[in-house]
Amino acid sequence: MSQEIMDTFVAILTEDFDIPEDEISRDATFEDLGMDSLDVVDLTLAVEERTGVKLEDEELEDVKTVGDAVDKAAAKS
Amino acid sequence: MRDVVITGRGIISPAGRGVEDAWKGVLAAVSAAAVDERLVEAGTPVTLACRVPDFDPDAEFGRGTSRRMDRYTHLALAAAADALFDAGLVDGPGFGDGLVAGVERDRVGVLIGSGIGGAETWASEYPNYLDRGPGRVSPMFIPKMLSNTAAGVVSMRSGARGPNMTVNTACAAGASAIHIARDLIRSGQADVVMAGGVEAGITGLSVSAFAQMGALTKNDDPSSASRPFDVDRDGFVMGEGSAVVILESEEHAAARGATVHGRVAGAGASADAHHMTAPPEDGGGAILAMQRALDDAGMTPDTIDHINAHGTSTPLNDKTEALAVGVVFGAHRPAIASTKGVTGHLLGAAGAVEAVFSLQALATNTIPATANTVEVDPVIDADIVIGTPRDAELAAVMSNSFGFGGQNASLIFTR
Repeated sequence: MSQEIMDTFVAILTEDFDIPEDEISRDATFEDLGMDSLDVVDLTLAVEERTGVKLEDEELEDVKTVGDAVDKAAAKS
Repeated sequence: MRDVVITGRGIISPAGRGVEDAWKGVLAAVSAAAVDERLVEAGTPVTLACRVPDFDPDAEFGRGTSRRMDRYTHLALAAAADALFDAGLVDGPGFGDGLVAGVERDRVGVLIGSGIGGAETWASEYPNYLDRGPGRVSPMFIPKMLSNTAAGVVSMRSGARGPNMTVNTACAAGASAIHIARDLIRSGQADVVMAGGVEAGITGLSVSAFAQMGALTKNDDPSSASRPFDVDRDGFVMGEGSAVVILESEEHAAARGATVHGRVAGAGASADAHHMTAPPEDGGGAILAMQRALDDAGMTPDTIDHINAHGTSTPLNDKTEALAVGVVFGAHRPAIASTKGVTGHLLGAAGAVEAVFSLQALATNTIPATANTVEVDPVIDADIVIGTPRDAELAAVMSNSFGFGGQNASLIFTR
C-alpha cells in the first residue's frame, strides 16, 4: 500500500508540480523540492482526489519529508 | 520635474505578441474575434471573443510555476518580461537573470492595472467550494485571484523593489497605471517603472454578465461585430491580453544609452460623477480628462494629430467620446481611430495596449484604420479613419480610456 501511495505522490509531484522525478525520494524534504506550506496543502488535496485519503492540517505539522507524508497517508488508507 | 521616456514595450494581445506582430495585425484591420469554444460550451448568449493566440503558460513558465498563477498573471508576466528585454534591462527573455548590473533594483517600480484580476480562478474555484465543500477549496485561490498578484509576481521575477502597486479604474486601468507610474518617476520616487495593464476575463460568468448589461454586441459575425463609431455598432467584443511599457527618467535612460521610443508628454484623469456605466450626455468627465492631459503637457489642442480612441463599439461610448473630442478640439479635427475593431475590448489592459499602438503610430507616421467600420454614424461629427491606414506626419498622439464607475484617463505621447 505504501508503495502505491508513494507512486501516487511521485505522479502528482511530477505531473502537477513539474518536479523532476530524480529529485523525488522518501528522504527529500518538501523544502528541498521548492515547495512551501501552500504547496503541501495543495498536494494533499490532489492526493485526496486520487486516493480518497485526506491528510488534515494538524497531521501535516510534523511532516517534513515526502516519506513522512506517504507514511501518514498509508496509515489512513 | 524629470522628463519621462519610454524605453521598452511588451505586448501580448489578440492582434499578436510583440510590437511588430501586434502592430501588423492592427494595420491589417482584420478582427481577432472568433467563436470561443469555451463560451459555446458554457451556453453564454454571446460566444465571440478575442483571445490571445498561441500562448502556452506551461511551456513559458513551467507547469509547476504556471499552475500557481491565474491566466491574468501569466499574461502580465509575459508582457513585463518582454518589455524589460526590449528595454535592455534584462539580458534575456523570460526575465533573463533579473535586472542587469548597474540598474538599482530598489529604484525600479511596477504599476499594473487590472479591472478584474483572477477571473478564471474565481470562476473555477467557487463551484468547487459549493459542490464539494470548504475542505476542497484550493490554498492557491487567494494568491491566484488577488488583483495585485500580477504586480507582485513581476517584482519577484525581476527583483524590482521600487514602488509596487495595482491600480483599478476598470477599463481605464492600463492608462491610469501609466499616468501614476509617470508621476512616480517625475517626483523622484523611482527611476524606472514597468507600467501597464492586463485582463483575462473571458469566462462564462463575465461574458454572461456583460451580455445581461447589454454591453456586448449581439452580432455574431467576427468581421463586423466590433465596429467602433459605425452606424450599426451595438456593443463590444471581450478581449484579453496585456501590455507593459518601461517608463524611465530621461537622464537614467540617457546614462545607459537606452533607445527612446517616445515620451509620456501629458496625462489627465477625471470622474464623470454621474452613473455607474453610462457616460453623461454632454461628455462630462471625458472632456476634463483630455483637457487636463493637454494642460499637463503644456500643449494646445491643435498640436494633437491623432487620437487612439476608447472607441468600444458601444452606442453610447462612441457617440459621447466623439462629442467630447469635438468640445475639446473644436475646429481642429484630430484623426480618430479605435484599434478595438481588431483587438476587441481588453478592459483593464486596453489603455496599455493602446499606448503601445499610439507609440507605433508615432514611430511609423501611420494612423491605423478602424477595422470593420463601414459607415460612420451620422450623429458622429469627427474625422474617423476607416478603410485603409492613413499616412500622416505625427508629432503627438492622444490615447483615451474610460472605465465603468465614470473613471477617465487620457494620455499624450510624443517622440
